[in-house]
Amino acid sequence: MTHLEETSTVEVKPADKSVIKRLLRIALILFLVTVFEFVCAFTMPRGALLITIFVSLTIVKAFYIVSEFMHLKYESKVLIWSIVLPMILVVWLIVALIYEGGSILADRTAMF
Amino acid sequence: MASSVSVEQTAKKLWSGGVSPFRVSYGKLMMWFFLLSDAFTFSGLLITYGLLRYSYPAYEGKLSDFVPSQDYWPVPEAVFDGVPFLHGVSIPLAFVGLMTFILILSSVTMVLAVEAGHRMDRKNVIKWMLWTIVGGLTFLGCQAWEWSHFIAGSGKEGWGIDLNGDGILQAGVDFFGANLAMNEYGPQLFADLFFFITGFHGMHVLSGVVLNSVIFYQAAVGTLERRGHYEMVEKAGLYWHFVDLVWVFVFTFFYLI
Repeated sequence: MTHLEETSTVEVKPADKSVIKRLLRIALILFLVTVFEFVCAFTMPRGALLITIFVSLTIVKAFYIVSEFMHLKYESKVLIWSIVLPMILVVWLIVALIYEGGSILADRTAMF
Repeated sequence: MASSVSVEQTAKKLWSGGVSPFRVSYGKLMMWFFLLSDAFTFSGLLITYGLLRYSYPAYEGKLSDFVPSQDYWPVPEAVFDGVPFLHGVSIPLAFVGLMTFILILSSVTMVLAVEAGHRMDRKNVIKWMLWTIVGGLTFLGCQAWEWSHFIAGSGKEGWGIDLNGDGILQAGVDFFGANLAMNEYGPQLFADLFFFITGFHGMHVLSGVVLNSVIFYQAAVGTLERRGHYEMVEKAGLYWHFVDLVWVFVFTFFYLI
């Protein structure tokens, strides 16, 4: 308890309403995108189009979380590229190995 | 001419020591690189899921007629349709949707704690850190329910593995639910990947809750205020947002696709 009283001299800056408003707007966007994904999951037929929608909306959500919540958008360029460049290579790996999975299926069906 | 020379000089100075070329503190930079390596690990797991999922045939029939089989990959809507306290009612994906929402909300409270830290507002840092911890614990509780439901089995008509081959599925005789050796929902790999990926993510959430609790304590007793800045909240925040981000991907790849 004594700690609480002895350090209360630090000056607290008033909250900036616009910053909080921006954060809440991003939270709302994330929520609406998730709701939209749900609507798609139940109204659209399964297939390549639906998967493309899901993956691209996921990347939209990832963009908002990383750039605004994790503040990456406001960091130096060299830091942004240090993080984004390796992840672009990962995207290539996703495409390559999902394609590979389809080939394994084709081989299996051909053999058995 | 003159401007290009000055650019060259500042660029040289930036990398010749004494300043951080990344313009962030050492701790934050190392957190970013740790998260990048952790992203590789999760990418490896999720890409494995994608590869194996597409190496199995997909279910072709109508969703309402879905019965699991070892021959095709299950439809997630049909597998994950349970909600606590509503036994036997099928509400597809509602519970994981709620879990996603809880984790996104806890990410919002975390970002508010970071914002309060910038203003040296100890009272609000404490408040928002506490809400973040509550959100994390709620998520873990939901995941515990999700696991126990998955392990125990759905109890649906015609679901289960007929062990003695008599064509009748009987409780106590035949197998229901899933573990690492048997899986009523479809191919064995589906259950293995479920346990591994959601379990690995759950461990991250648990570590995040522990980390947040330490920071919460340090903020509450005034350690961070005496240090003069709340950078620890920012570092824990980076980790917490990353955990949220991974769940967004797990949600898409495991539950939606």
